[in-house]
Order: sequence, then structure tokens, then C-alpha cells
Amino acid sequence: MSALVYLPLLVPVLAAAAARPLAARLEPRLATWLLTATTVALAAFSTAALALMTASALARSPLLAALGDYSQPVLRRGDPVPALAGMAAALLLTAAAVAVAVVIRARARALAESYRRAASMAPGGRVVVVPGHSIEAYALPGSPGRIVVSGRLLDVLNDRGRAALLAHEHAHLAGRHHLFTSVAHLAAAANPLLLPVARAVDYTVERWADERAAAITGDRRLVASTIGQVALLTAPRPARPRATLAITGARGLSVSLAWAGPVPRRVAALLAPPPRRQLTLLAIVAILILTAGASAVEAARDLHALLEFAQTAG
Amino acid sequence: MSDEEPARDTGPGTPRRPPGALEAEVMDVLRAAGAPLSPGQVRERLAARQLEELSYSTVVTIVSRLHAKGLLERERTGRAFAYRPVDDASLAASQMRQALQAGTDHGAVLSRFVSGLSGRDARLLRQLLGEDEDQPG
Repeated sequence: MSALVYLPLLVPVLAAAAARPLAARLEPRLATWLLTATTVALAAFSTAALALMTASALARSPLLAALGDYSQPVLRRGDPVPALAGMAAALLLTAAAVAVAVVIRARARALAESYRRAASMAPGGRVVVVPGHSIEAYALPGSPGRIVVSGRLLDVLNDRGRAALLAHEHAHLAGRHHLFTSVAHLAAAANPLLLPVARAVDYTVERWADERAAAITGDRRLVASTIGQVALLTAPRPARPRATLAITGARGLSVSLAWAGPVPRRVAALLAPPPRRQLTLLAIVAILILTAGASAVEAARDLHALLEFAQTAG
Repeated sequence: MSDEEPARDTGPGTPRRPPGALEAEVMDVLRAAGAPLSPGQVRERLAARQLEELSYSTVVTIVSRLHAKGLLERERTGRAFAYRPVDDASLAASQMRQALQAGTDHGAVLSRFVSGLSGRDARLLRQLLGEDEDQPG
């Protein structure tokens, strides 16, 4: 088996580094599909690579070599994966299986709970207004899914702000965005190097819903200011506004946005012109995925050929 | 809020009740009222039920405790607060969000309109929106 087997384990590092810039530049719906598919493909390839390394280590164990009638010297010479790496791969594979099981369980439970609660709400309306002074607005997946909004938040917003809020939450339900984030986080459980990509999916589904709301209300600025207004309602008030911050220009802003949380980035994206499809970026991601996939397949073929050779030699 | 001296004793002849029972009585009075009540009004209604003769400050203590527990909402009416029970739906809304968000990455199936803001993000957001509003048009 060639050293290509390591490549599917390394490509997720590149994907993790590229995830946030991609999420910022690509059209959100496309970005969501692309990044989710990336997590699934790369998690599958890296798991396959681990399985191959484990298999090659197992094949060299005296017992299995005898059972399969393999020539052990041939296997040792032909396989660049050291026994130690094989054992590490076996451990990582086990850890990945456990992590995936844990995440599947947590997500399935949360989803079942969400469906149960959505079903227990009054029949009829999609929008459930809960009285009270809290600032709450979220989409609850279910059949039908619900949009839960607190009365206080509706009071604070004007008609257009309410329309923007409801359009955003409705887009989450209609687009089944929770499935994208669940799949991405499942893949990231199999390979934690992919966690930044899964987090990028969390962000792109928000952007997707924002752009839907902008399309429905016909006003990107309205959606931006509504997000900002609601976010600042829940934010801690500044103790004392600092004079130096008040005069920061757009240049200073663009620098600090790189480290900002999702809300300012969403608002900035809505205040900027609408995103366009970027074929170059798409091509780069496609090449990354294909490289990882091709190396996994190549490594598998190498191992197969080596085992066959070892069998004839033994 | 409390103008009177605390007189924690519930008066002669009245058997002492556990604090939980008092809280339940106050909740019951507020639920029956259907409108926000000041601690003074709560005290009057408790007296009218001939259940308790509580001091004003005791009532204030109880409603404050219930408010801290998240069971009562309050709004300012003049100098005092008026209290009303947080309805079950509202309680359910925040509990539901907390339950479904547990573990952030692992369990989040619901999508909030906005996630929490750090102090930095809040400043950045004010700049962004401030800039936006400064623009003509």
C-alpha cells in the first residue's frame, strides 16, 4: 500500500482552512450543499483510509497471515505503513465509531423531542406566539414545523421587521436546514478535523435563510437591520461607549470582521451586494474532494494487489 | 418598594406554613387575578381569602423570590412592580430552547434567529448599522 493512504487524512485540514472563506464568498444555498457534501465525502474517505491502514496492520499479524496464507516478508516489504501507524489507525477508527454513535444519538433525540413539542402545540398556525418578556425566535423542525416567537419580540419589531423575521425562520423550515447541519456535524464526529467545515454549514444555513428573507421582503437592508436590532436587544449593554471605537472606518471594520461571530458577518453580508456563483472556488473544492477520493481508492487497490501478491508468494 | 418594617410573624392564631405553601398561595392569587398585581394587591387578596395575614415585606419577599425563579414576570407600574405569572407556553419556550440546544454542536436542531453576541460582536454590529444609517437614502 502506498503512502497515498495518508492523503485522505490530510485533505480535511485544507478543507477546514478553506471552509470559512468559502462560506463567506459563495452563494449561501450552493455553499451549504457544497460544504455539507464536502464533510460527508472527506469523512468517508478518511474513515476508509483508517480502515485500510487497520486492515494492512491486521494482515501482518502472524495469526491472520497464517489464516490468509500471506507471505509476511512480502507484506512487510511492500507496505509503507508502519505497524505503529496501523495500531493508531485502529484506535482512531474505534474512536470515530463511538463519536458518530454519540452524535447520532444526541441529534436523533433532539429531533424527536423537537417533533414531539411541535406536534403538541396548538393545531393550525405555523407561527406560535408565546407571551412573555423574553426575546425568543426560533424554528422548530416538526410535522408541521413551527416558528416560535415571543410576544415581546413581535411588539418590538414593526410590520416589516416581523415579515423579515418570519421569512427567515420559514426558510429554515422549508429548506430543512437542520438536516444539513446534522449531517455535517455527524461527518465531523467521524473526523474532528472537519469541525470547522461543519460550523461553516451552521453559518451558511443562516445566510441562506437571510437571503431568502431578503428575496421575499425585497429589501436586504431591512433584513440586516432586523437581525442587528434583535441581536442588540439580547446583547449586554456597553458600560461606556469608547470614543476610539466610534470613529473606526470601514477599513478597520473589514479587518475585525475576520474574527467576528456569525451575527456581524451576516449583517455585513446583507449590506454588501448579493453573492454570486464563483466557479473558480467550486473547482478548487471539487479538486480537493477528488484528490482525497482518488487517493483512498488508489490505496485500497494497492493493498488489494499487495495482499494478492503476498498470497501467491506465501 | 417596601415601606413597612418587616413583620415576619403571620399574626396570632395563624399556624405557620412552610414557605413553599406560601409561594403556591401567591401564585394561585396571581393566576386567578388575570392581570398584573402589585405586592399590596396580592396581600389584600390573600387577606380576603382569609388564608394569611402577611406583612407587605413578606409578600414582596415571596414575589421577588418567584420572580428570581422565573415563575413571575414583572413590569413597573408607578413606584412599584406589578407581577403576573409567566404562562406555561412562555416557560416552555425558553426551556425548550435550552433543552434542544444542549451540547451546542451535538444537539442543536432548532435554528435561532440570532445567536448570542459577544461584547466585541455587539460593538461591531453597532458600527455596521451605524454606518449604514449614516448613509443618505
